[in-house]
Amino acid sequence: MREKKIVKDYTKQKMLVFGVLVGMVILIALFAPYLTSYDPYEQDLGNALLPPGKEHLLGTDRYGRDMLSRVMVGAQSTIFSALLLVVVITVMGSMIGIICGYHGGKLDVFLMRLSDIFLAFPGMVFAIAVASVMSGGIFNAVVALACISWPKYARITRSQVMAIKNMPYIEAAKLSGSGTLKIIRKHILPNIAGAIVVTAVLDIGTMIMEIAGLSFLGLGATPPTAEWGSMMSNGRSMLQTSPWVILAPGTAIFLTVMIFNLAGDTMRDILDPRQRKG
Amino acid sequence: MVLEAKEISFRYGKESRQILNDFSLQIESHERVGIVAPSGFGKTTFCKILAGYEMPDQGEVLLDGKPLDTYRGYCPVQMIWQHPEQVVNPRLRMREVLKEGDEIGEDIIEGLGIEEDWKKRFPAEISGGEMQRFCIARALGKRTKFLLADEISTMLDLITQSQLWSFLIEEVERREIGLLAVSHSMPLLERVCTRICYLEKS
Repeated sequence: MREKKIVKDYTKQKMLVFGVLVGMVILIALFAPYLTSYDPYEQDLGNALLPPGKEHLLGTDRYGRDMLSRVMVGAQSTIFSALLLVVVITVMGSMIGIICGYHGGKLDVFLMRLSDIFLAFPGMVFAIAVASVMSGGIFNAVVALACISWPKYARITRSQVMAIKNMPYIEAAKLSGSGTLKIIRKHILPNIAGAIVVTAVLDIGTMIMEIAGLSFLGLGATPPTAEWGSMMSNGRSMLQTSPWVILAPGTAIFLTVMIFNLAGDTMRDILDPRQRKG
Repeated sequence: MVLEAKEISFRYGKESRQILNDFSLQIESHERVGIVAPSGFGKTTFCKILAGYEMPDQGEVLLDGKPLDTYRGYCPVQMIWQHPEQVVNPRLRMREVLKEGDEIGEDIIEGLGIEEDWKKRFPAEISGGEMQRFCIARALGKRTKFLLADEISTMLDLITQSQLWSFLIEEVERREIGLLAVSHSMPLLERVCTRICYLEKS
């Protein structure tokens, strides 16, 4: 007799676990100023470069600032600017994608060739160029990354819209007198939202890395702002003497990106089961 | 009212063959016209043209002497498609699908045997026959003057077919809606229609 094993589906439980983890990370970032035991910006040169210990759980940096406090406060600038960035590019990209996909014609050709140009150029190089033209600051880093990241969303949305706009139910809606906006809002958006949201959530991790990357290069957050990328850059020269200065923000980036990616993967399994990996 | 197709010619793209060639047809409000033709003769295409969805290469569609595209908003010519599952948005509950129509009266919903329970469901959760009833109801809005029924009962069992058709006939007679029925089945059209028209190969 052949037996077929029924594999229990743990997707829901996984989503719960990762959802709680993502929630925790965001809550820590949100309330970081109230949770820290030291002022992340107060210099205490007498206690500079202390290794991790009882007083300072993750040690101190070269100005004697508490690393744990700095990592927690740094979460705020890094994660929230990544979230802001993802929201901006998702909204902007999908709006352009909907216009292109639904309207078509010359506007579509123009916007898509524009996005081709952006996609053909190495993203980070372009972001560095934009960021350095606009001078530093984390907000400008977000703007620079937004400039190079929207085409991906525009492309995804455009292809989805083009697939849906010829469905007979859109014809039926047109016959019953629905205007373009109503058709987009009621019939197209709900059917493409899943794919867009999944892409956006999966992109949060990437965006955290890119923002940290720009800051590492000195084009994002300006000192003394606590930001993971710039903190790693500060600790770079001390990797052999006091590794905790670079390891603390590095591990924070690693863990956060991993949590966001795992949550995104699980979310994709739920919202878009067709793409599920075997 | 009169719905008039004047010397319609149509083909999809330049490469493909001519589907309709100088085809003319006139339907009056009190009429029920049947169209018979084998597969691939452009019955569905003709319906789409009549509903103003496809533009003919030549010829025009007139409603009471005026071109159909001068009617803004709700289209007085409504179409019921062959595959109900393709014409409802999978993300809308059936209740919302009914709202897409033009103030569908309770009597229509009752007459088609739509049960309250079905309205709460998503399209994937009801059967094809149930869904077709919703599609018929949706097309029977207040301002509908002509109804194009494109093979609407091919997927249904005989009892359901006769239920739906007797309701439709009663409804279009009462409201003076002109009906164009497309089918492969001669006996059905002979029962339903007041006039039958053959689409010849062009």
